[in-house]
Amino acid sequence: MSTDVTDKSPASAPPGGSGGAAGTGLLQLMLDGLRRNMRQYGMLIALGLIVVLFAVWTDGDLLLPRNVSNLVLQNSYILILAIGMMLVIIAGHIDLSVGSLTAFVGAFAAVLTVQHHVAWPVAVVLCLLMGAVAGSVQGFLIAYLGIPSFIVTLAGMLLFRGLTEILLKGQTLGPFPDGLQKIGNGFLPEVGPNTNYHNITLLLGLVLSVAVVWQEVRDRSRQQEFSLEVLPARLFLLKLVALVAAILALTLLLASYKGAPIVLIVLGALVVGYGYVMRNAVFGRHIYAIGGNLPAAKLSGVKDKKVTFHVFLNMGVLAALAGLVVAARLNAASPKAGVNFELEAIASSFIGGASMSGGVGTVLGAIIGGLVLGVLNNGMNLLSVGTDWQQVIKGLALLVAVGFDVWNKRKSGS
Amino acid sequence: MAGPVLEMRSIVKTFPGVKALSDVTLTVRQGEVHAICGENGAGKSTLMKVLSGVHPHGTYEGDILFEGEIVRFKDIRASEQHGIVIIHQELALSPYLSLAENIFLGNEHARGGFIDWRQTLRHATELLRRVGLDDHPETRVADIGVGKQQLVEIAKALSKKVKLLILDEPTAALNDEDSDKLLHLILELKKQGITSIIISHKLNEIRKVADSVTILRDGRSIETLDVRSPETTEDRIITGMVGRDLDHRFPERTPHEGEADAAPALEIRNWTVHHPIDQERKVVDDVSIDVRRGEIVGIAGLMGAGRTELAMSVFGRTYGRYAGGTVRKDGTEIRTRTVAEAVGHGIAYVTEDRKHYGLNLIDTINRNVSLTALHKVARRGIVDEHEERQVSEGFRTSMNIKAPTVFEPVGKLSGGNQQKVVLSKWIFAGPDVLILDEPTRGIDVGAKYEIYTVIDQLAAQGKAVVFISSELPELLGMCDRIYTMAAGRLTGEVPRAEATQEVLMRQMTKDKEVTR
Repeated sequence: MSTDVTDKSPASAPPGGSGGAAGTGLLQLMLDGLRRNMRQYGMLIALGLIVVLFAVWTDGDLLLPRNVSNLVLQNSYILILAIGMMLVIIAGHIDLSVGSLTAFVGAFAAVLTVQHHVAWPVAVVLCLLMGAVAGSVQGFLIAYLGIPSFIVTLAGMLLFRGLTEILLKGQTLGPFPDGLQKIGNGFLPEVGPNTNYHNITLLLGLVLSVAVVWQEVRDRSRQQEFSLEVLPARLFLLKLVALVAAILALTLLLASYKGAPIVLIVLGALVVGYGYVMRNAVFGRHIYAIGGNLPAAKLSGVKDKKVTFHVFLNMGVLAALAGLVVAARLNAASPKAGVNFELEAIASSFIGGASMSGGVGTVLGAIIGGLVLGVLNNGMNLLSVGTDWQQVIKGLALLVAVGFDVWNKRKSGS
Repeated sequence: MAGPVLEMRSIVKTFPGVKALSDVTLTVRQGEVHAICGENGAGKSTLMKVLSGVHPHGTYEGDILFEGEIVRFKDIRASEQHGIVIIHQELALSPYLSLAENIFLGNEHARGGFIDWRQTLRHATELLRRVGLDDHPETRVADIGVGKQQLVEIAKALSKKVKLLILDEPTAALNDEDSDKLLHLILELKKQGITSIIISHKLNEIRKVADSVTILRDGRSIETLDVRSPETTEDRIITGMVGRDLDHRFPERTPHEGEADAAPALEIRNWTVHHPIDQERKVVDDVSIDVRRGEIVGIAGLMGAGRTELAMSVFGRTYGRYAGGTVRKDGTEIRTRTVAEAVGHGIAYVTEDRKHYGLNLIDTINRNVSLTALHKVARRGIVDEHEERQVSEGFRTSMNIKAPTVFEPVGKLSGGNQQKVVLSKWIFAGPDVLILDEPTRGIDVGAKYEIYTVIDQLAAQGKAVVFISSELPELLGMCDRIYTMAAGRLTGEVPRAEATQEVLMRQMTKDKEVTR
């Protein structure tokens, strides 16, 4: 197929082959690659477009270092939830309780640290445990008792919201100890000489760039080893350049403000970790298997109930983490925290390529979907679009994204 | 003798890649009970779907004459308006509606869009009485047994002023008593002038109610026999059903008796399973079979014989409710209560329904192949993609799976290649015993031969193979021994040397000899 083009070009093309031809060839290759990986790259391109559009409309305000930093902080908890939600949706379920659960865990943290003066690291551990308990109770009801996840988590949504109000007696509780606040608002510490940039952030960016390049190159050579179809060399180079440029641009933006937010580091670790688990761990594979075809997975010896249980347990822990981040960021636990978070997380997953029937989706997809929503939010705020119209536009974005996906699938299917 | 009420002339029906019916002719006389017989896949159901408009006019060739006129049905409604009503094997009743509501579903007694309950109930009571039911018409369908539900279907047909009633294996799901009732009703309706077509595997049933029988084989109408004639014996009908030539090619195979001294690799004793919903019904009834290493043992049986149910209930109790029986592996009793246990004891079950139970169609060949034995390519819960790819590439080559890479979604492959993926997946699990359920269903001749070769190799490597199939030539060509099942029971065990299609078919059509 299109790989032939590059396989031959070094050997058969005359050395004096015109530079212009190479240029159009590259464009051709890019278009080809795009067409075949529409599903993969479609949303990434959409995200890029949205960023560019809003950057223009806001006269560049969108990409000011302070705003980028804000954007990360504002969306971190939705992204954390979206990772867990993606797993739930791949397994063929849904979780409506996560918004209320984040509020509940925030309230729990406030009660522990503010009212009972528990040391904050202990409180963090207890909160994550609380999330695990909540998740495993719901997971047990869904996996072992066979109650539909929609019902169980709808009940959970009401229940945790109510418990939050009981715990807080309807009032806002704060402020949190400094250490806990840092989870939601803090930045990496600064060391070394004054360079006008945040040194550690710069260093991290460079390390990340090298790691990404190394990973990509290793993947490619492995694929070649198996004589699998790989990206043509020139396109691959372009991809590397784009990746590194994106990382360095973000690094510079963050480094010229206060540096990388701590929550970004946490989020990065989650993305890498969960991405790896979903792709390479037996557990991840089993999630895809039960979501893709439950009877076939059962007949293949997959312990579907155990897998489902753990997916919900995991969702509980991530919801607790998100709850801590939200509470820390607001520096108070509020009975109204986390309202509609579950819907944002679900929308992120579907914009990022999940399927209602399960079995499809990636962690990175959930992040991209979440960023699409996040940039829309932030950009519209900068443009002072009212929340009324913001909701309308976000609704349309979800429809367009999933509609495009359905259309694209039908086209390739027939 | 009355003239024909129905004539189907030279019916040809093609599905993509398969000719389901070629030149079928069927003549049904006014007021008779006409049976249609044939092996699984002979085209019986397709023929009835053509007749009832499920396959509308224009999608088949040939003419249908009903009451002397050419009819062209565009859907089921059109055929029902002519008085042709089909009752499918899977009942089409809505379980939570009442008997009366079901009888008039889509055909309600209504005034201005509102149901006239008085008339509905009166008419329903009358129809129920006609089919011999005295249940109240407001009873929910879910609360009556399958036997009565079948009668409600007939009442529904009667409400549509039926002239020609088509019953597709009406007694397959019924016990003896209910079957008898149903057959009596068919005879009763015959007296009232209603013509019936009945598809059935049970030859004694055919002899009980039918006036004539048309035999289909491989999508052709072979002959129509007068059941009342003394020459039409059960053997005569069987000869018509199985007359297929042994023209399939099979790999050269030296019959293998298995190592007689060793204990059988798999031994199933007195296995009994009840239907998952209708818990009175035994779907598998006291079945005992065994298979030795290196042996290929066939299980023959018609629809509803309980072959798949036997296999699936042994394989991790994935079907029905276990009611008794033991499984031994190499002489030791083992537990196979979950799929993981069965797989752990070296048993593999390759399903007959690869799309629903065998494969994750949206995932790649690579991941489908590795799923059952992921631990073999994983260390501490982490899959080594490198090794996984090598494994699946290996199968792609050795099984000749036609796909550009192992990253192709299996949903895009042809049936034959999908089947090879399912087989690969189970071979990779490294079992000692393979239960293959219709491994060549719906795939082309070339791929069939490849699959036969694989099965042969598996046996040669010392695996024990249980081969479930509806195609008798295939069983005769491949198996060392063949069991036959009918209505959940084992009805025979035939060694290769004595097996012919006639012998097998006779045992497969044996109805329950011992009545309770």
